[in-house]
Amino acid sequence: MAQTIQGNTGEWEIVIGMEIHAQVVSEAKLFSGASAAFGGEPNTHVSFVDAAMPGMLPVLNEKCVEQAVRTGLGLNAQINHNSIFARKNYFYPDLPQGYQISQYEKPIVGKGKIEIDLAGGQVKEIGITRLHLEQDAGKSVHDLHPKKSYVDLNRSGCALMEIVSEPDIRGPEEAAAYLSKIRMILRYLETCDGNMEEGSMRADVNISVRKPGQPYGTRCEVKNVNSVKAVQQAIEYEAVRQVEILENGGSIDQETRLWDPAKMETRSMRSKEEAHDYRYFPDPDLLPLNLEQSWIDRIKETLPELPDQKKHRFIDSYGLSAYDAGVLIAERERANYFETVAKGRDAKLAANWVINELLGLLNKNGKGIADSPVTADNLGGLIELISDDTISGKIAKDVFAEMFTSGKAPGAIVEEKGLRQVTDTGMIEQVVDQVIAENPDNVAAYKGGKDKLFGFFVGQVMKKTQGKANPAAVNDILRKKLDSKE
Amino acid sequence: MTELTALTIKAALAGLEKGDFTSRELAKAHIDAMDKAKNLNAFIVETPDLALKQADESDKRRAAGNAGLLEGIPLGIKDLFCTNGVQTTAASHILEGFIPQYESTVTAKLFADGALMLGKTNLDEFAMGSSNTTSYFGNVTNPWKNKNKPEAQLVPGGSSGGSAAAVAANLVMGATGTDTGGSIRQPAAFCGISGIKPTYGRCSRWGIVAFASSLDQAGTFARTVEDNALLLRSMSGHDPKDSTSAKKDVPDFAKALTGDIRGMTIGIPKEYRVDGMPAEIERLWQQGIEWIHAAGAKTIEVSLPHTKYALATYYVIAPAEASSNLARYDGVRYGLRVPSDNLRETYEKTRAQGFGDEVKRRIMIGTYVLSAGYYDAYYIKAQKVRRLIVNDFMSAFDKCDALLTPTAPSAAFAIGENEEDPIKMYLNDVFTVPASLAGLPGMSVPAGLDAASLPLGLQIIGRPWDEETVFKVAGVIESLAQFTHRPA
Repeated sequence: MAQTIQGNTGEWEIVIGMEIHAQVVSEAKLFSGASAAFGGEPNTHVSFVDAAMPGMLPVLNEKCVEQAVRTGLGLNAQINHNSIFARKNYFYPDLPQGYQISQYEKPIVGKGKIEIDLAGGQVKEIGITRLHLEQDAGKSVHDLHPKKSYVDLNRSGCALMEIVSEPDIRGPEEAAAYLSKIRMILRYLETCDGNMEEGSMRADVNISVRKPGQPYGTRCEVKNVNSVKAVQQAIEYEAVRQVEILENGGSIDQETRLWDPAKMETRSMRSKEEAHDYRYFPDPDLLPLNLEQSWIDRIKETLPELPDQKKHRFIDSYGLSAYDAGVLIAERERANYFETVAKGRDAKLAANWVINELLGLLNKNGKGIADSPVTADNLGGLIELISDDTISGKIAKDVFAEMFTSGKAPGAIVEEKGLRQVTDTGMIEQVVDQVIAENPDNVAAYKGGKDKLFGFFVGQVMKKTQGKANPAAVNDILRKKLDSKE
Repeated sequence: MTELTALTIKAALAGLEKGDFTSRELAKAHIDAMDKAKNLNAFIVETPDLALKQADESDKRRAAGNAGLLEGIPLGIKDLFCTNGVQTTAASHILEGFIPQYESTVTAKLFADGALMLGKTNLDEFAMGSSNTTSYFGNVTNPWKNKNKPEAQLVPGGSSGGSAAAVAANLVMGATGTDTGGSIRQPAAFCGISGIKPTYGRCSRWGIVAFASSLDQAGTFARTVEDNALLLRSMSGHDPKDSTSAKKDVPDFAKALTGDIRGMTIGIPKEYRVDGMPAEIERLWQQGIEWIHAAGAKTIEVSLPHTKYALATYYVIAPAEASSNLARYDGVRYGLRVPSDNLRETYEKTRAQGFGDEVKRRIMIGTYVLSAGYYDAYYIKAQKVRRLIVNDFMSAFDKCDALLTPTAPSAAFAIGENEEDPIKMYLNDVFTVPASLAGLPGMSVPAGLDAASLPLGLQIIGRPWDEETVFKVAGVIESLAQFTHRPA
């Protein structure tokens, strides 16, 4: 994927900033005690506060504040000791108060930064501008009745974190890497489930183009981009659109555009002139939010190891490649699984087995690591069997396939099927002698210089031992016999 | 025996305790009085059946020895307090027919202490007004008459006009009010009764229809200072459902009424001597100063230099908050909906028909001052001036224990007066608004009559959380003023 666009007038750089809305993992809503659980019959998770009944007042949910601080710490960001909730005023039926309680001038989290991983093991730093807490709106349902719309307030008032990036992202690949990395961090922190299909994570993408070295161009905000793939597609489309306009002598209108995943295009939603005046002002129903450093420190102590830390530890202490480490830390459960397998065993072998065999097979079966039929302990057991020469790598693959279907322990399968590797050199020598005796022509050809025939002899030996002979021993003995002068 | 409706709350509690009469008899006497005073239009909804039911339960509790602090006392509740199962309108067409499924914290506390509700009292629409002439449910008439123009119907003041008129006319023994810029103190003064707005945060705002959240505060009306103290004690206290309610212990305010203010210093703010103030009010204020001296306290002149900006500041901040607070009345979930073919028109028609002119005026002012390009010049500037006004008071309280001022710049005026000019109407609150902006407790006590035989009030303003001093000084003024006049 191009990070720049080659236009008729030369190269264009794509400049991207993202606003990610992440639903906070919390039992209750941001300002009411109603359940924040996903789903439920319409309008069953609604308190008087969420429905904006007269005289109702918001009360801040401490858990949501803790989650925002946790996330801020995970984004290496400044936690603001003093922040303010503000009202963003606009009318819509799924916004019962007629305003959204958000944060405007003083967000709870300030500047931070994260690293994103690019192709070829490259790493790039992306700045975080801020993170603020705000209420989600309800849901308008327009397709149940030809003339009426329905409103479901279950989501009304649920806590969202809006994470705003600096315009440090260049091109669709980086944007995808950024979104994936943010999602990974949030999942590690357990502050957002990162489930884009259910809408618990959504992205607005600000896109502009410029000639390298020039000041930023006019940007368009693209909304409704609800998957990593859609982010890439929307950027590709929108950047080309902007370059075409500019190269044809036009100018970009600052506007909000909507991504249409069916038509694979962005289209104008509202211009700058039509932009809402949200009349932000501090919410007089809520006191300024003051956080004690000691409270922040206590949250800091409970932070899990974050993806980048884990990755570096995997490289340093297990001797893994950056790529393998990256694959293993992509999910916290996956990394935990790997560590269970690798504990006290050959870590590189463990990484190979997890990445190449297990993940491959899980993927093919549409399963996640959490529902793997092969437990980490069992996979570890298999690796021990390989390491102590009980079975060969080749036999191990058969055993693994059996483990995946039956869920049985590897030792049991090996015993049951008599797959134990033959390391008895005396017995292997007998078979080797037999093979040499049965193939005098090939022996002569080999000795005449046809080195490639060595593999044939190995194959014959393995065939006669049903693959159970220790490959290294077979090699040794064969070489000794075939290469001997007599 | 004195007529039951003329008793003070304190006397009624004693009479109930002695068994001179029952709560039911007390309630019935007030219900009869309400029937005869429909012309005042003090109530939007009367709840005699509920009151009698509550009275019977109250009599049982008292008989069982479980009497609460306000056991059996019939009250009027301003129709801005949401009451479970009883229509709550904020005097607006847009909430006509709205029946809350919840009870405001303040009314819940009063009922828990044994009080009964006789009805929901009339007010200016969404508490926006100083004359109770903006109610969708009609004007409230002040029970007092101008002796020079006896045919004229006078305003009770506002916004809590129904509560003040009902207390003054002996229809209820006390009433709740809310005060955003003077909505308790000014009607108390106009109706010749006492009323207190406590410190912002003293009473929970939960369940009170919001006008301007940073200013709204519940308070009380009664015919004596002590009765106010009894009511306020019941209503006050921290509420976890209101983030702006304070975690402060609630004193037994009545205990502060010792009558002893010797050694105290009362500040007289010089900026409150405004141009065009009637000489009678000036004289009454001077009389108040003399009473203070007579009681053994001294007075000093203090300066509150930013007073002249208070009204302008208030009329930026209060409408700004109101414009946002009233956005929820959109016809979607409850109250009035004027259906139309599309969403925008439904909003427009619902709000055009649902809100009265004064409410619309303030929504427009508030929307304007919060708009991009005007926000800094109006809203931010007003917040800064508000801080200066707070500082003025804090500096004054370095030198004195409380302030004494007139409550309002005039006595009650005729319905229809001041209507053509909103600014003139807003000037009614010139003495009450500064304390509201500073969140301070303020109380109005009736102190005398003007030449037209209309009551005039004096206001005592105290330090934050020092309602006790306010009550103490008010009690002294009350006893020296010997204000025993009642409306005809």
